[in-house]
Amino acid sequence: MVEFALPKNSKVEEGKTFKAKEGAKNVKTFKVYRWNPDDEANPRVDSYEIDLDSCGPMVLDALIKIKNEVDSTLTFRRSCREGVCGSCAMNVDGTNTLACIKPIEDIKGDANVYPLPHLPVVKDLVPDLNTVYAQYASIEPWLKTESPEPTGERLQSPEERKQLDGLWECILCFCCSTSCPSYWWNGERFLGPAVLLQAYRWIADSRDEHTGERLDNLEDPFRLYRCHTIMNCTNTCPKGLNPAKAIGEIKS
Amino acid sequence: MSADTGKTLRTRLGRVRGLGSAKEGVNHWWGQRLTAIAMVPLFVWFAFSLVALAGAPHATVVAWIRSPVSAVLLIALLAAVFYHLALGVQVVIEDYVHTEWRKLALIIIVKLASALAALVGVLSVLRIAFGA
Repeated sequence: MVEFALPKNSKVEEGKTFKAKEGAKNVKTFKVYRWNPDDEANPRVDSYEIDLDSCGPMVLDALIKIKNEVDSTLTFRRSCREGVCGSCAMNVDGTNTLACIKPIEDIKGDANVYPLPHLPVVKDLVPDLNTVYAQYASIEPWLKTESPEPTGERLQSPEERKQLDGLWECILCFCCSTSCPSYWWNGERFLGPAVLLQAYRWIADSRDEHTGERLDNLEDPFRLYRCHTIMNCTNTCPKGLNPAKAIGEIKS
Repeated sequence: MSADTGKTLRTRLGRVRGLGSAKEGVNHWWGQRLTAIAMVPLFVWFAFSLVALAGAPHATVVAWIRSPVSAVLLIALLAAVFYHLALGVQVVIEDYVHTEWRKLALIIIVKLASALAALVGVLSVLRIAFGA
């Protein structure tokens, strides 16, 4: 059966508390999931009191401040800090999002920061993305053609180009896939919303000549049809895209 | 989901590609939608008929079932309900039951039981319709 309870060594315990400096007026507590593969200990939640008056506006700013000034052992991925690289995808305040474009002021009370749900954790806020990347590779996300290569660009009408809007913007942060209960229960066989949206991106591309084979490869009770239109994917997408709609288009 | 269940050294891509696509699934999905669409008017008709028949004597109800329209629609309703049920429960089992033999056993039981229930229903309608 599906496991609904955590095994003993995964129970999350209360961790350390790092107090704000004396005299800090605008303090917010960040409760951050911590797990270290090297120390045999259970995961824990550390509390960091951060003075928002000396911190940038986004959740990622607070995490960077913690790493720079409070606790250098905190581990997380980040790169662009403007919502185009997808590295800092994590669960903030109960919703998967990009820490770099999530304003701290949107969070009421303490800020809970966890890694993306239901993926193996490598360390702290860093999940293991190898399976989702393999799933992405499995849909062969590149232009496939048989016709002789044109000497110039491959042309598209403005209408054909429009078909790709809402698809090309996906940055593969996997917030959607890891918010999807179907992906939680069957993540090894169901491709998940992110990869299916990407699959549709190539199916919808007028320049691609392998549309039929792409559809054939998706026609599977598990790869595609585990999607039950739960819509968590669309709700959580930090880029405001609609993976559920893309999946619906594949089905039809 | 856990990435490192078991001690396989097979690559992730190998695991993800697995046995390939089943090239099947549209029929199941479409069958579920089609029976759902069919059940909307059938249930409306059924509910109105039941309300109309409320308190009627036994003979009136039998006569109603005997009329060709009611008999055909009743059989259609039974077929749609039990086919839809079997498809839907199968999906739930595939979602949540991950031990292969349990999954298989449950799906077989559900499919046979709903087929049997549908047959019982259809035979009951036919017996009344043909006055056996």
